[in-house]
Amino acid sequence: MAKPDYLHFFIDPNRCIGCQACVQACSECDTHRGESMIHLEYVNRAESVQTVPVVCMHCDQPTCAEVCPADAIKRTGDGVVQSARKPRCIACGNCVVACPFGVPEVYEDRKIMMKCDMCYDRTSVGKKPMCATVCPSQALFFGTREQIEQLRPLSAPVNTFQFGHQTITTQVHIMVPRKLAAVAPHVDVTAAMEEQPRNRAVSLKMVGTPAAAHGTAPVESDPFAEVEV
Amino acid sequence: MAEIPADPLRIIERFGPHLSAMTGARLSTSVEPDRLVKTHCCFCGQQCGIQLKVRDNEVIGFEPWEEFPFNRGMLCPKGVKRYLQGSHPDRLTTALRRDPSSASGFSSLPYGEAIIRVANEIARIQQTHGPGAIGVLGGASLTTEKTYLLGKFARVCLKTPFIDYNGRLCMVSAGAANKKAFGIDRTTNPWSDMVGTDVIWVAGSNVAECSPITTNYIWQAREQGAKIIVQDPRITPAARTCDLYLPVKPGRDAALFAGVLQIMIERDWLDHAFIDAHTVGFDQVAAYCSEWTLPRTAEVTGVPQRALMLAAEWWGTAKTSFLFHARGIEHHSNGVQNSLGTINLVLASGRIGKPKSGYGTIVGQANGQGGREHGQKCDQLPGWRDISNPEHRQYIAGVWGIDEQELPGPGVDAYELFRKIDRGEIKGLLSICFNPKVSLPDNAFVTRCLEKLEFYAAIDFFLNDTAWHADVVLPGSLHEEDEGTVTQVEGRIIKVNKAVDCPGDAREDWRIIQDIAHAIGRPHGFTFTEPREIFEELRVASKGGVADYSGVTYEKITQQLGVFWPCYSEDPRTGVAIADHPGTPRLFEAGSYNPVARGSGPFYFPDGRARFNVADYRPPVDDASDEYPIYLTTGRVVSQFLSGTQTRRIGPLVKQYPEPRIEMHPRLAAKLGITDGEWATAETRRGTITLKAQVVTTIRPDTIFIPYHWAGRKSANQLTVAAQDPISKIPQYKVCGCRVRKADGPPDYDAVLEPQQ
Repeated sequence: MAKPDYLHFFIDPNRCIGCQACVQACSECDTHRGESMIHLEYVNRAESVQTVPVVCMHCDQPTCAEVCPADAIKRTGDGVVQSARKPRCIACGNCVVACPFGVPEVYEDRKIMMKCDMCYDRTSVGKKPMCATVCPSQALFFGTREQIEQLRPLSAPVNTFQFGHQTITTQVHIMVPRKLAAVAPHVDVTAAMEEQPRNRAVSLKMVGTPAAAHGTAPVESDPFAEVEV
Repeated sequence: MAEIPADPLRIIERFGPHLSAMTGARLSTSVEPDRLVKTHCCFCGQQCGIQLKVRDNEVIGFEPWEEFPFNRGMLCPKGVKRYLQGSHPDRLTTALRRDPSSASGFSSLPYGEAIIRVANEIARIQQTHGPGAIGVLGGASLTTEKTYLLGKFARVCLKTPFIDYNGRLCMVSAGAANKKAFGIDRTTNPWSDMVGTDVIWVAGSNVAECSPITTNYIWQAREQGAKIIVQDPRITPAARTCDLYLPVKPGRDAALFAGVLQIMIERDWLDHAFIDAHTVGFDQVAAYCSEWTLPRTAEVTGVPQRALMLAAEWWGTAKTSFLFHARGIEHHSNGVQNSLGTINLVLASGRIGKPKSGYGTIVGQANGQGGREHGQKCDQLPGWRDISNPEHRQYIAGVWGIDEQELPGPGVDAYELFRKIDRGEIKGLLSICFNPKVSLPDNAFVTRCLEKLEFYAAIDFFLNDTAWHADVVLPGSLHEEDEGTVTQVEGRIIKVNKAVDCPGDAREDWRIIQDIAHAIGRPHGFTFTEPREIFEELRVASKGGVADYSGVTYEKITQQLGVFWPCYSEDPRTGVAIADHPGTPRLFEAGSYNPVARGSGPFYFPDGRARFNVADYRPPVDDASDEYPIYLTTGRVVSQFLSGTQTRRIGPLVKQYPEPRIEMHPRLAAKLGITDGEWATAETRRGTITLKAQVVTTIRPDTIFIPYHWAGRKSANQLTVAAQDPISKIPQYKVCGCRVRKADGPPDYDAVLEPQQ
């Protein structure tokens, strides 16, 4: 069976609380033999509690597969890029170096590259990936575009990324704020303690414009609407 | 009893905490579960629904339970890995007796002998010193059935007034404030009411680490347009993206609320109609708040004037709102006043008892709510009845089949119980699922008290640090080995289901309590054969009380996926029996009826009106000073739970946050000459601790933070002060004066103890 093509994976770093429920849940998956395929990164713990969960982005033209000398990395018809195939993988690490998102990892003890395969054992039989199911802040979400539009009116999914001259489109979407210039969150308590803190601003440069841009009114919706599968 | 029976390292060597990590066997795809058991997480007060995978009488994993309405399958890391404690090698499977001749300090003895020994010692002490010479300490992680039975056991079997519970360390400040203001102590609205509000105010609650599922409700509310206000000395993950962050100085919350209310009064951002119709006491509160000018509030709280103004404006002008708080404002020697301060803001806005407008207190422990409703609290009888009220005593004595005169009066709080041990008034102690040596403040004092006991029996499933002092340890049951009900943070009564049997000589806790009652020779009232029977009696005992569970049945809970109390078995207006009362998700709705007001209004006072209470600011006891210039505050990390008895044994959770650190701002660190990762020593008037420093800009420069889940030399509660709130008796964990210096090198313990120890 394949993953239904109307279901997508969305990452919203703005929601991430760094709890690592995703990391712990990923390692429960039978296919990974107890290893977690998610990296939970602190962007800079000294200055912020901002964390970002990193899963495989499942590129439409996966660089990891393109650079693989052993042709060990396969993409299924429904767009899920799989871990290296055991009989072919030579654990050379080309994929590790080439992936612009820093996802694949070579497990030296087993001489194989393993990475997130979007819980193919679950998604291909109508379940959600384990990480997105348990994520308590729903920074990881698995569902339809209609659902995400209804649930997240303040942000938009992006799946086109520019790395130098390379443009990459992915099956996994990153949620970004719809406002192009957003006030940065507090990173230092002392700024909040001052009467006139510096006005910090960050600019977000997005590749392509999200389908539904500015000014979408919030809509009434069930925050926990289940995915129909 | 005397000192612990062996070198602590030998006890740890035998009883742990050792790590339980995943094994290859569990990872094989060929290991399929026999069945899935729908139950709930064993940790915090959110009580997320979860399905446990069971094979061969062993819990081998979990599957999300997406139909359960509170968490919809979501879990935090503790919930994900909770199953790893089931077959843990540290698990107690036999009774133990203190045995200094054994290397580990303990030796096994048959369960029956252990029970007889406990009963004999209790009888001996009571014959010599009277019934009040025995103290009982319960746990708020126990099911409601167990807490009910324990309260009955203390009063009916032991005839001692001295029973209290570890919920005393959790949210009694909020409970006391709720009772003073509303006449009832329960979160007013289901969490789903957060989504769609204009403003959410989070006061002293690190929801991301202490109650992670709540963050999704907050984030979803934000997506629907809510502004988020977070009040905390640290930038927690919830504070990181909030719309307004109030960096309050530890222990100054009541001042902040008074200052904000004063702005609301000055700008007339008040709901006069609601205040006039549904409350009393506003004028006194307004008179008190007039002292809290904007400059003074800013100076005392450390929050800038513009932020206070903005908070008042957002809160004052909102149409709908949700305010909730947790230990950050409650763990104080004026915790009740802090909580009353938040309630005053809520009442002044008139936004309570309506959809999308609510007020809540976040429960820390699994059954923090149910565990304090049915009689293990020192001043309460089942159904939230008052142990000093003759009518209430009469009713419960009737249910228990005893004379009212036989019921003891009110006892003392958990900390005072230790003071009674210190004074020699209490000679014997029975504890269940309570680890005061790690969880009480100034734990050197607690250790001294344990050493003074003539006899101490502990019931638990791992040998916790307090049980090291026990004469007899009885092997109790894990969450998944028993059934019963729990009342979670929203006031929703849910059902915990049994997945596996107790191993070896371990028994369900309610059986152990009954076995002791039988061995003492007072079996009357302790002949239940299953938790359902206890619940049936509890329903009767709670009937007519404020916490009325009489309309709740196991079947109704399963069918409705939880029932909110009060849930009546007969119409409180007419007395006509009703079988299908659905429960009360939202309190204080217009026209709602309660047995106290009897139709006069929605609040649980005879006149049906809520009470404004002057929420008086007092500086913390043991505040920062010239000698101890830094504020110490304590709290949780997401992968650990309370005293760590369970989570410090679960390998992946330990790996996530292996040991406590002293969190400090770079400005403070620079002043002290400490860099990130270096050893630092923190010292208060009660003790010192040496831990690695974590230098981050996400904490006030005048404050340090230490998580409290570790024991012994890594225990934060060596430092904290036992100052208690005069009303709720909650200890002041969240602030005390402290000084910090760079350590000379690693502490001695670093060479011998594993991170989790």
